[in-house]
Amino acid sequence: MTFRSFVVALAVTAGFAGAAQAQTKLTIGFSQIGSESGWRAAETKVGKIEAQKRGIDFRISDAQQKQENQIKAIRSFVAQGVDAIFVAPVVATGWDSVLKEAKEAKIPVVLLDRSIDTRDDSLYLTAVTSDTVHEGRVAGEWLLKQTGGTCNVVELQGTVGSSPAINRKKGFDEVVAKNPGLKIIRTQSGDFTRAKGKEVMESFIKAEGGGRNICAVYAHNDDMAIGAIQAVKEAGLKPGKDILVVSIDAVPDIFKAMADGEANATVELTPNMAGPAFDALMAYKKDGKVPPKWIQTESKLYLPDTAKAEYERRKDLY
Amino acid sequence: MSRRFMPLAATLAVLIAGTLFCALQFPNFASTRVLGNLLTDNAFVGIAAVGMTFVILSGGIDLSVGSVIAFTTVFLAVAIEQLGIPPFLAFALVLAIAGLFGAAMGALIHWFRLPPFIVTLAGMFLARGASFLLTTDSIPVNHPLYGELGDVAIRMAGGGRLSLVAMVMLAVFAAGMVLAHLTRFGANVYAIGGNRVSAELMGVPIARTTVGIYMLSSTLAGLAGIVFSLYTSAGYSLAATGVELDTIAAVVIGGTLLTGGQGYVFGTFIGILIQGLIQTYITFDGTLSSWWTKIAVGVLLFAFIVLQRVLILGWSARPATVARV
Repeated sequence: MTFRSFVVALAVTAGFAGAAQAQTKLTIGFSQIGSESGWRAAETKVGKIEAQKRGIDFRISDAQQKQENQIKAIRSFVAQGVDAIFVAPVVATGWDSVLKEAKEAKIPVVLLDRSIDTRDDSLYLTAVTSDTVHEGRVAGEWLLKQTGGTCNVVELQGTVGSSPAINRKKGFDEVVAKNPGLKIIRTQSGDFTRAKGKEVMESFIKAEGGGRNICAVYAHNDDMAIGAIQAVKEAGLKPGKDILVVSIDAVPDIFKAMADGEANATVELTPNMAGPAFDALMAYKKDGKVPPKWIQTESKLYLPDTAKAEYERRKDLY
Repeated sequence: MSRRFMPLAATLAVLIAGTLFCALQFPNFASTRVLGNLLTDNAFVGIAAVGMTFVILSGGIDLSVGSVIAFTTVFLAVAIEQLGIPPFLAFALVLAIAGLFGAAMGALIHWFRLPPFIVTLAGMFLARGASFLLTTDSIPVNHPLYGELGDVAIRMAGGGRLSLVAMVMLAVFAAGMVLAHLTRFGANVYAIGGNRVSAELMGVPIARTTVGIYMLSSTLAGLAGIVFSLYTSAGYSLAATGVELDTIAAVVIGGTLLTGGQGYVFGTFIGILIQGLIQTYITFDGTLSSWWTKIAVGVLLFAFIVLQRVLILGWSARPATVARV
């Protein structure tokens, strides 16, 4: 074998090896915040299922709500030489130096369900998050259509100062501002919990003549809506008929309430953040197609007609 | 004498066995990159653990270190970003505050004869509360110096980086070893931890040493906070929760007696590496729950405490045998 043919053979082998490399499955590391809520547990579970569908080796590291653990996990993923890193950042700041290391190692980073505060947005490929303002808007528009534009609404806000509470209020208020018949007569924080949601709803009912003035309740999450449903029932009214119930998140329990006719609508905050991220990433790896900096997940409205099926589909995820 | 080194030898054996186990399982594990990460990621815990080693050697405990770290990061972020104080001045200020804070705790413990557990528990609430008072937001630090310091690193063969914070940690450990084993202060710490009454009778300056120990611990926690601040380039009141417990675990796994009087700063270093190793293993594996870190550390702690007990019992039995002969 001449030297030249040797080189050619070598090149061919290298080519094959390269091709084989491209076909081996992708390895993606995911630094998850923790499992503090049912929704987050569902996000992790759906991520695993979506990875399996696409034949991706998906490695999950639970940070137990600590940023330092997330940074460690990201560094460790870089050391392992994964093909990409997903991060659901626990806090908005403090990611620059570790993401710079990932960038130096040419490993793309995708942010899931929350964004970060950085001056260099080349540090991540894209962020997959929902638009929480839009969620409030979808809820408001449903109520507008349902009531024909005249309705006294009471609002159960989320935790004071939290970004979903601020944005879900903002979106709903946009619809209210354009329709003078739609009025928010009372609004107070229920802290995103069932117990507080019930308590605040009880005081609303007392203040509004036993609830006769209230046409609908808008809760910033399903848990508060479930608490409110209980308060309405205890006041001797029918939730879902006497007082309409609309909320956001689409957790299994609200579908149960809808199937029983006690809730009217919910806007989904999808736990499937990983699916769109996988698709964007695979397109990027395959053809170098750079995704937009923000991939917005769909804020889908669910009504009682599909409630039973949706409950069955979701109950094992949460 | 060999008995004295037993806990340390056991810790080293665990580290070596653990490293071999990981290296055999994951091809990318035995790399300078992983080594660099291990040192960088655990730098702040390591620095705080050096202070904790002295506290525990003296028979005390310091529960405030995690909160002091959080306070430091928030203080630096507010001082540098919002008040425009130059970073190095802010570093010096925060170290002074932390030192005074520790000295005050040490003084309370000594002159009011209060248990260190209670005093430092109060310190923990105070420091955490103070950081929330400064701000409840997480503030990014965008000062150019932070970027420059973050880029300071020695490149190791194979892509690993020995970062500045890792170097700081190694230096603190070296200084800690000198302080513990080659200075009068170190000897006094061992003496107080061994037997406070006889130390006093021997003329050991108990007051000065006790205040010094807690001052050292808080100052090192402040330094750990600076390192944490460089590490994340941000200040956040909820940072470093539970770090005091991680450092205590590292000290005990490193072979220092919780009752005081015996142990090595070097052992604490090994203890830190073991904890880091377990975490790295779990991320490399990718299918295990991270809570296994806690379980593994718990099992190790338990094993080491039992080992210490057995050794102490063997020790106290020894003079009796000698006397019989």
